[in-house]
Amino acid sequence: MWISKTIFNHFKSRLNFTPNYAPLSLLSPRRFASTIAQNPSTFNSIHDANQVIDFPGGTVKFIPEMRFISETSPKRIPCYRVLDDDGQPLANNFVQVSEEVAVRMYSNMVTLQIMDTIFYEAQRQGRISFYATTIGEEAINIASAAALTREDVIFPQYREPGPLLWRGFTLQEIAHQCFSNKYDNGKGRQMPIHYGSNKHNYFTVASTVATQVPHAVGAAYSLKMDKKDACSITYFGDGGSSEGDFHAALNFAAVMEAPVIFLCRNNGWAISTPTSDQFRSDGVVVKGQAYGVRSIRVDGNDALAIYNAVQAAREMAISEERPVLIEALTYRVGHHSTSDDSTKYRPANEIEWWRLARDPVARFRKWIERNGWWNDMAESELRNSLRQQLLHSIQVAENIEKPPIEDIFNDVYDVPPSNLREQEQWVKDTIKKHPLDYPENISA
Amino acid sequence: MLRAIRHKNILPAFSAFRAFSSSAKEMTVREALNSALDEEMSADPKVFLMGEEVGEYQGAYKITKGLLDKYGPERVLDTPITEEMALICLLNILQAGFTGIGVGAAYYGLRPVVEFMTFNFSMQAIDHIINSAAKSNYMSAGQISVPIVFRGPNGAAAGVGAQHSQCYAAWYASCPGLKVLSPYSSEDARGLLKAAIRDPDPVVFLENELLYGESFPVSAEVLDSSFCLPIGKAKIEREGKDVTITAFSKMVGYALKAAEILAKEGISAEVINLRSIRPLDRSTINASVRKTNRLVTVEEGFPQHGVGAEICTSVIEESFGYLDAPVERIAGADVPMPYAANLERMAVPQVEDIVRAAKRACYRSVPLAATA
Repeated sequence: MWISKTIFNHFKSRLNFTPNYAPLSLLSPRRFASTIAQNPSTFNSIHDANQVIDFPGGTVKFIPEMRFISETSPKRIPCYRVLDDDGQPLANNFVQVSEEVAVRMYSNMVTLQIMDTIFYEAQRQGRISFYATTIGEEAINIASAAALTREDVIFPQYREPGPLLWRGFTLQEIAHQCFSNKYDNGKGRQMPIHYGSNKHNYFTVASTVATQVPHAVGAAYSLKMDKKDACSITYFGDGGSSEGDFHAALNFAAVMEAPVIFLCRNNGWAISTPTSDQFRSDGVVVKGQAYGVRSIRVDGNDALAIYNAVQAAREMAISEERPVLIEALTYRVGHHSTSDDSTKYRPANEIEWWRLARDPVARFRKWIERNGWWNDMAESELRNSLRQQLLHSIQVAENIEKPPIEDIFNDVYDVPPSNLREQEQWVKDTIKKHPLDYPENISA
Repeated sequence: MLRAIRHKNILPAFSAFRAFSSSAKEMTVREALNSALDEEMSADPKVFLMGEEVGEYQGAYKITKGLLDKYGPERVLDTPITEEMALICLLNILQAGFTGIGVGAAYYGLRPVVEFMTFNFSMQAIDHIINSAAKSNYMSAGQISVPIVFRGPNGAAAGVGAQHSQCYAAWYASCPGLKVLSPYSSEDARGLLKAAIRDPDPVVFLENELLYGESFPVSAEVLDSSFCLPIGKAKIEREGKDVTITAFSKMVGYALKAAEILAKEGISAEVINLRSIRPLDRSTINASVRKTNRLVTVEEGFPQHGVGAEICTSVIEESFGYLDAPVERIAGADVPMPYAANLERMAVPQVEDIVRAAKRACYRSVPLAATA
């Protein structure tokens, strides 16, 4: 009790002077309002049916019935889509995408699809150590990136190379990273598919699940402090939504009023864990309201729905300074990674059905073809050219030297410390003295 | 990346020193930390504070007193559980959240100073400290720099039990990518905290709750707003020629008291205040051991894999031939910290332990165990 009195007096005294700053949002005066007790004479009479009480947090109504909120709604939250399974628009109320943007989106989706197939094969052939595909989630990857600007900062999990491709990261650069050669802008420090690029405003992929979610909130807060016309966006899966970091991030984003888009790729699987073993809520979209975050459920295999939803979310996030949660329903057609064989825990015909009948790339293709913006010839030209490009990139990347020895030792700190400089010198001297004991592709 | 910005008219958050009739000024460690935060926030608008109770409550230990009033809620962020001061247990759970957010802000270009109510709670957030902060510059090949400071009380306080008393110096100092500092005096507190905030790498800043109220003399140079201490340099607090005693944080005070007692018995002890646990100032330590030929390492934390173990190895690697006696290691007892006052006293190093160890290193006959 004494605690609130002290704070109340502190608050009272501060009301009488102008602070020497000009805050964007006056958080402080709002803070203690809920703890100030109402004057008892304003209480409703005991016989009034609309009795309320002002516990901390605001007024709530009394009810004499003991009512538990059900653990599920009778109806699941509906899912927003623009195109039907055949690529036909369901209504006319969506943001139109120009031919140029639509064709670019489609080409990028095809690029992603082919890139994944070829790199997966390369891993199977032993040419790279690891790979994880994005098959089935091309619409989420590309359409979300298309709805953002270059100033919006991206915090990926590891199944979102699409935005990087959209922003101009080349297939050759992807190959360099997967082969960890000296042209990898990650200096060979990470496993394949752990891309990152400052230039493209895309934060380096980390293997730790959902750690990027609170990072995106912090970055969004910084963008707000700098008054930038930009938001941050973070991607994670259904599995990631179980992590503590997801919950802390949503809570904080709401309280800090941070312009961040949380995009959950609910693809049904967290390695071998189906969503029925992941959570018992109606997916991830309902968790938004629990934290005071506006949310929407979207058909993740519908490129136009994703585009519309992300664009709207971005507008809300920046102009209203609020977080937005988008749950994109989709299906992980590929295995979790090259270390997984998903036929061990799900039927092969289920995978095939989603791969063919529900392919987001084919669905979007139908829409652009119907608009007269694409045809079979363009399709085969694109696919052939991409295949050539990819095979060439892989061949080139494979034969390039690995990163130099210095790259073991630098970037640990801003300035290399003396012990590492010493060790680097010892290693170089040793290699010079005993060159036959070291592989040829180590340059000293 | 030291910026020497001179501020003639810095308004301290509150009176930062008492002037005596002579010109010697004294300052508590709390005032030193507060003034350092104030000056760095004033010099660089990208510096901001985050943590529980740092704002309205003026800081759980009043380290951030006055800063919310001066810089506003945009730069001094109370993290959500502020109102529930009594629910200390909840604070642990939410630590993970704001550390990740602090790291995210640092990624984008701000310079957050994140306060942990104690470093025990940092365990909840340690994945972000190590995997998101320490390793980011390396994993991103220099593209993501994380100029963040994690600060707060570390080690034993008084009567706070096992989950509030652990020392994390050895844990964090083992991780490449982090810098780990631990001040003792007010001069250390001011100079090292300023250096930590200005540093482009993530820094773990280990304070001590029991030192916050202790007063130390500070020179005019220390009080200047551009004052900064170098990271990675230890300080020789007391010169000596018979035995080297290394310590950090509160144990420096104990080591100095032990040196006084030893002096009366004819043993001249050299006391080294490490200041920087990572990088460790191996050259100062080794130079001292080459002079005295005997070493006693002191720390409050658990003995196995502790700071003393690393110092001992460094000396053996570089100055083995100079040692005239085995290295003595004083550390906390290898048990979770008990609560009862008599047991707590026995679980933490005391001045007598340091004196006995120094004597053993000097081959004076002493009983091995503490008498009751």
